[in-house]
This record gives sequence, C-alpha cells and structure tokens, in this order.
Amino acid sequence: MQIFSRRPVLFLPIAAILLSSCGGTAKPDAAAPQVKLQGAGASFPAPLYSKWFKSYSSTHNNVQIDYQSIGSGGGVKSFIDKTVDFGASDAAMKPEDIARVEGGVQLLPMTAGSVVLTYNLDGVTDLKLSRKAYSGIFLGKIKNWNDPLIAAANPGAKLPNSPINVVVRADSSGTTFVFTQHLSAISEEFKKSPGTNNMPNWPIGTKSKGNEGVTASIKTTPGAIGYIEYGYAKNLNMAMATLENKAGKFIAPTIAAGQASLAATEMPENFIAWNPDPDVADGYPIVTYTWLLCYKQYADKEKLAVLEDLLNYTLTEGQKDSEALGYIPLPAPVVEKVKAALQNIKAL
Amino acid sequence: MSSVPISQPPTRAQRITNIVFQKTCYGFAWLSIVLVAFIVLRIASAALPAMREYGLGFLTGTTWDPNEGTYSILPEMWGTIYSSLLALIIGTAFGVAVAIFLSEGYVGDFIFNTLKIFNLHFHKVWGKLPERAEQLLRNLIELLAAIPSVVYGLWGLFVVIPAIRPAAGWLHAELGWFPLFGTDLAGPGMLPAVLVLSIMILPTITAISRNSLTAVPSRLRMAAYGLGATRWETVLAVILPTALRGIFGGVVLAFGRALGETMALAMLVGNANKISVSLFSPANTLAALLANSFPEARPKDVGVLMYAALVLLAITLVVNIAGAAILQRASGEHDGART
Repeated sequence: MQIFSRRPVLFLPIAAILLSSCGGTAKPDAAAPQVKLQGAGASFPAPLYSKWFKSYSSTHNNVQIDYQSIGSGGGVKSFIDKTVDFGASDAAMKPEDIARVEGGVQLLPMTAGSVVLTYNLDGVTDLKLSRKAYSGIFLGKIKNWNDPLIAAANPGAKLPNSPINVVVRADSSGTTFVFTQHLSAISEEFKKSPGTNNMPNWPIGTKSKGNEGVTASIKTTPGAIGYIEYGYAKNLNMAMATLENKAGKFIAPTIAAGQASLAATEMPENFIAWNPDPDVADGYPIVTYTWLLCYKQYADKEKLAVLEDLLNYTLTEGQKDSEALGYIPLPAPVVEKVKAALQNIKAL
Repeated sequence: MSSVPISQPPTRAQRITNIVFQKTCYGFAWLSIVLVAFIVLRIASAALPAMREYGLGFLTGTTWDPNEGTYSILPEMWGTIYSSLLALIIGTAFGVAVAIFLSEGYVGDFIFNTLKIFNLHFHKVWGKLPERAEQLLRNLIELLAAIPSVVYGLWGLFVVIPAIRPAAGWLHAELGWFPLFGTDLAGPGMLPAVLVLSIMILPTITAISRNSLTAVPSRLRMAAYGLGATRWETVLAVILPTALRGIFGGVVLAFGRALGETMALAMLVGNANKISVSLFSPANTLAALLANSFPEARPKDVGVLMYAALVLLAITLVVNIAGAAILQRASGEHDGART
C-alpha cells in the first residue's frame, strides 16, 4: 500500500540515475530517443487527459505518457515529492505547498468543467432550484420535496410529498471542494459550517464513494439529489437541475452557459482563478478550472521539449476534444495567456 | 554390493538438511511475528503526534470535521462493531445451518433415495451423484469467498438496496416506534451493509463449521442413534456441542474479517458520522473512513488516520483475545464428548 511507504525520497536517487543515464546515452543515436512522461493527479479531467495523451502518443512514436488518476490531493503530494514529471489538481495548489517545491511551480489551467445537481424524481423532468432552495437542501434545512421554496420555482411540477435524500461524496474530492466553495459563497450559514473543504463535515446525507458511487446512489434511490461533474451526468443521461445564478436567472447546465461564466473569470498571473459565484446573466453558477502542475525547471532537456510540445498540442488541437467529453474549452484569451506562460518552464 | 541395513545413523548430509530445514522454519515463524510487530510499531509511531494532540477525546467525541480540526471516531467505532455483530448473527445462523446441511448428508440422502426409486443408486455413474452434489454445493459456498469485495459492493448498491427498500419502508411506517426501524432507508445504510457483509463471512463460517462437524467421531453419532435419539436430537444435543469449539473458532475468524472489511462497506454503509441503532440509518465504519480519507490525506491528516487504524487494530485484537478466552472456557465443558 502506498500509504505505508511514505519515503519516496528513497527512490529519488534511483530515479535520478535512471533518468540521467537515459538522457545521456540516447543523444548520440540517430534514432529518436524514447521519452516517458509520468503524471498523476485529479480524476475529474482524467478522461480528457487520457484522450489527449493517447492521441499525442499515436502521432509521436517515441513518446509515452502515463497518467494516473489518483485524485487531486495525491497529485499534489506526488508532485511535491517529485515522483512524477507533472501533477494535476482541481483545487490548484496552496501557497505553502508551492513554496515546498524547489525551483518553482508553473500552474497551467487545461480545461474547465461544471458541477451539476442530479436528482431522481419520477415525473419531474425539469427541476428548477433557487439559490435558497439548493443551499437549504445541502444544509439539511429543506427536508421535503414539496417544500414551498422548491415549489415556488416549479409551478405545475408534480413534486411528491417525500423526503429529500441528499447524497454527497464520501471520499476527499476536488468536486466537493468546488461545490462547497460555491455554497459558501451564496450562503453565510454554509460558510460557517460545514464550509469549503475537500471532505467537509456534512450536516446531512448519505455518503458515497466517487462520482460513480454518488451516481449509483442517486439512480437507485427515489427522491435523491446529489452533485457530480457535468460530463459524468451527461454521459449517463442523468436528470440535471436548472440552478438560479447570481443575476437571478435560472440556467441549465450546458457548455455554453459554463463558458459564459468562465469568460467573466479574471485570470491572475499565477493562473489560480476561482470564481465561486460568477456574476453573469447567462452563466451557469458552478464552474471551475482544473490545473496541470509543472516544475519551472526540468533537468532533462528531452523531457522538457516533449512536455512543451505536448502542452502546445493540448492548448490548440486538444481543446477541440473538450466539448465532446463534457468539458468546457478554455476561452481564447486564456489559451493565449497559458501559451505565453509556457516560456516560464525552462531547462535547468 | 553390500545390502543396505534396515537401520543406519543419518548421514551427514541428512543431518545438515534437517538442521537447515529446522532453522529456516524457525526463522520464518519469527519473521512473521516480527512483521506484525513492525506494522504495529510503524502505525503507532505515525499515530503518535495525533495521539498526543487528541488523546482519549478522539475515542469519545462524535465529530469529524477537517475544517475545524476536530477529529473523533466514536460513530465509526460504533458502526464497525454494530455492523460486524449484526452480520455475525445472520452469518452464523445461516453458516452453521448450511454446514449441518452439508455435513449430515441431507443432500446425499435425498438424492440417494430419489435414485433408489429408479433403481440407480448403485449405478456406475449415477451412484456417484450424491457425493458429487455435496461436493458441488460445498465448492459453491466456498466460491463466495473468491468474489472481490468491490463486486459485492456494486451488487449491494444495484440489487440489495432496491430489493429491500419496499420491506424497509413498510417496517418503518408500521413499526417506526421500534428503535431498530426508527429511520427511513434512504439508500446506502446499515442493513444493506450488514446483509452483504453476512454473505461475505458465510464461507468462513461454513467451511470451518463443516470441518469440525465432520470431525465428530462417527461412533458418537451411532451411539446416539443406538440410544434411540432422532436425527434432530442427535444433531442438536450431541454433534453440535461436540463441534462447538471448532464452530466458535470459525465465528471468531469471521468476526475479524467483518471488522476489517473495507471496500463493500465503504460503498454500502452510507459513510455518515451517526450513532443510531436503526437498521436503516446510514452509518460509518473505521475501515471505510480510512479507505475514503487516505487517498487525499494531507500530512497532518495521516497521523489522525493512523490513530484510527491503530484503534481498529486494537478492536480486532481484543475480539480475538476475547474469542480465544471464551473458547478456552467452553472447551473444558465439552471435552467429555470427545473420544
């Protein structure tokens, strides 16, 4: 078990020897050297990343890219321990974590996604939830489907007189982080407790493991509601609630509505952009970027060249794959900014 | 060529092989003990900072809130023991029944008598059927142990929960005043977890119980029949008490397995930090907490989780020691029935 070997440091010298030897001997050869990139982290963008890396490797025979979707926390940990060439995280990286990486860290937003509320209600196809309603549900204050706060936004819908079965994530997850960050932004009470966290102390609900666990629970439980990623919900044809945004409009989760929210998000120099409650008329309220973590300095020149080429590919060609898989393509100005930031990644 | 004498002193090579074999066994035996000690020590040393910080309050509090930095595991300890005990009750009832069914030749007799009608009971091929059928059933039960935990979890989510929902809803509506049915079954919860867990420990109980039942000397059985006891009386009054020690050993082993079961429980138990006797309420177990929290644990959380792991280890140890002690006492009473 990985848990008990908390000494990745031990392997560093071995890894270093392997790396240096392969970088050193391959050069004089006429044939293209084999380059292997190792990455690990967030599970949310994993389907998209695998698609990118697969299609990149198929056109570049000498490149092999491994991505392990072990979760954002694990990704950041491996990245700090330098057991990978790049990491990935939905929750960006905390300043104190960045400080622990010698030589510096370059965060690069790669794609974005929405978090949606899916539900299981017989006969209700278009559920609208006001901000008060859905924050109340996840605070455990709105307990019944025919609560006036829900009924007010859904005239004509046959809301049953049955309890709301809230389903939340049991494991630590970036999706939970984004969702609780949004709830904290729209509800003072939620901000106090449980607050923003990867694994907060939820006041209500049964907890299921992973997106797939939450999905299964919702599918098999009448009257259930829970949060999952948009791509996941779309692939499985789950009913998604239409949510009220800051402007007071009810917005269904679509790629376009997500993009509208992202366009309004200010992108700072370090690329750590959060917008827990976007103020856009047609924007969907819960969107987030997801980041690739790169070192600012790479000892191996071949790796660096491949990594830069790969990132260029994902920022241009790769963005076209996003939508089909349920991710939001990066807005054009952001792509330009990220491309410019690639200059910060240098050889040692 | 001289004939080999019947007895001769061992050759040098034989003696060396013997010593080497002995020492190797000795070494390996110690190695496994050292390994266990090493694991306990590593967990304990990793847990030490958390133990200093949270002390015994860790065991008595009920909140787990990483945001506030409060960690305590009473609900998980309760859930672990409660789910294991319930699963053990169901698993033992079914497991021992199955073991009796398989060891007392019920299946064999039935098939034998059926074959007799067609006068095939000593047939070359058909005559083997009774024995084969018993073997097949035995293997089927043992096959349950080979199903991966995650498959049990998925089966529980998609089959068990929808299947028990109507019954659970009715019980709650009609008998809601009874604490066991005090809440509604929302989805994952204690009962589905317990049902799946009891199936998971069934092979352990059945296999060991069957072994100890078949080990009961046949003359005891014959003597009971000879005294005029019915089959029912023989099984309940003679065979079961004689095999009790072995059966109990199996039950203790199964309890250990139930305490540590992780994946299926993490998927089915609901993972809510609640202490409730209701069968339909979501709960949490230590193993599920560990499985859910470890992948993204920050260095500070790891200490807390190691503390929880240590508690789980302690619970398992206490159960096993208690089991061994009860076994010791129980064995004294029934040794008379042994040959």
